[in-house]
Amino acid sequence: MHELAICQSLLREVAHIAADRHARSVTDIHVGIGPLSGVEARLMQDAFPIAAAGTIAASAALHLRCTGVRVRCESCGAETEVPTNRLVCGRCDDWRTTLVSGDELLLERVELDAPRQVRQAEESAHV
Amino acid sequence: MCDTCGCNVTHGNEHLVAEGGPLAHTSSGSESVEVLKNLLQANDHEAAHNRSHFDTHRVLAVNLMSSPGAGKTALLERTIDVLAGDLNIAVIEGDLETENDARRIRDKGVPAVQISTGTACHLDAHMVHSALHEMPLAGLDIVFIENVGNLVCPASFDLGQHLNVTLLSAPEGDDKPAKYPVMFRAADMMLISKSDIIDVLGDFDPARAERYLRELANPAPVIRLSARSGDGMTAWTDWLIESLEDLRERVARGETIRPAIQPEGASLHAAHSSG
Repeated sequence: MHELAICQSLLREVAHIAADRHARSVTDIHVGIGPLSGVEARLMQDAFPIAAAGTIAASAALHLRCTGVRVRCESCGAETEVPTNRLVCGRCDDWRTTLVSGDELLLERVELDAPRQVRQAEESAHV
Repeated sequence: MCDTCGCNVTHGNEHLVAEGGPLAHTSSGSESVEVLKNLLQANDHEAAHNRSHFDTHRVLAVNLMSSPGAGKTALLERTIDVLAGDLNIAVIEGDLETENDARRIRDKGVPAVQISTGTACHLDAHMVHSALHEMPLAGLDIVFIENVGNLVCPASFDLGQHLNVTLLSAPEGDDKPAKYPVMFRAADMMLISKSDIIDVLGDFDPARAERYLRELANPAPVIRLSARSGDGMTAWTDWLIESLEDLRERVARGETIRPAIQPEGASLHAAHSSG
């Protein structure tokens, strides 16, 4: 049950981003999870409100995008989608494969309620 | 990609963030920020710090993982006996409660630091960092980190170790690698422990256990051993000595050893630094 620790780490990162953007609150958090990351999406969804209580993301919705497991075969070169506990090539059955996706644990996108004038001021300064 | 100050807005993409553009503000009036950051970044950063601390002292760090009761401490006791006089060993012990395991190691005359994790189901890089403050590395050859007995959570946290060793004790059944793929995928060495009772059990097939490991695309070596009978101990300690020599050669070239399977954060970091 380390999903709570993962949520706390996620919220630290989100708080940094929100502070940089002078956000009033965080509305949506998008995270990509692969089954080989060792993190269970349902448990993370349950742990999130506990970790988020009292933070700038207290009312944010957590969106989890669960990715599939894909491997590339070192023998025949095929890239196939495979079960989590059987990472052998889906075409030639060779076990010497490289993981292409399935172990990610990524904060992908954050949506903020930010004062519009700050954003516009930054844009005019940098463009 | 810098996403904190807006400097990544170029002539090519400014239409995306301009008023009414898809990334400027969503229909609800909120601002959307692309991030793509690993969630274990803080842990991985601390782990890299630990690894470089081990490297500086030319000490091999081995993370031992298994279910509770698979024989990690018994293996360490026997390993200490076999290597006594040849290599200097120290142990970091992780358990939810008690100093029992650290006491068993100290009884062998080897320094041990106990980390009591309370309710936490795994060690993380910060806990190991704290333990290292109590453990002078000068004069040591190998530090074993005995992780919390758990086949799930410890696999997700890099501690700064050079190698992961996963024990599968014979009474647990030969299909554990198929049931706990995240853990066994991370193993740089799989030890089939309590091999002295395989014949008594009758239904544990070491070849099948190894086949399940290969099906996780893991080429790690497999050794059958018994801390009680001593069977397989030489193969295990030979592997440790080879790994220590390998580490020291690499450190002399300014390199290190990393577990074969790194968490996503480390691979992203590697991609960034090589690009």
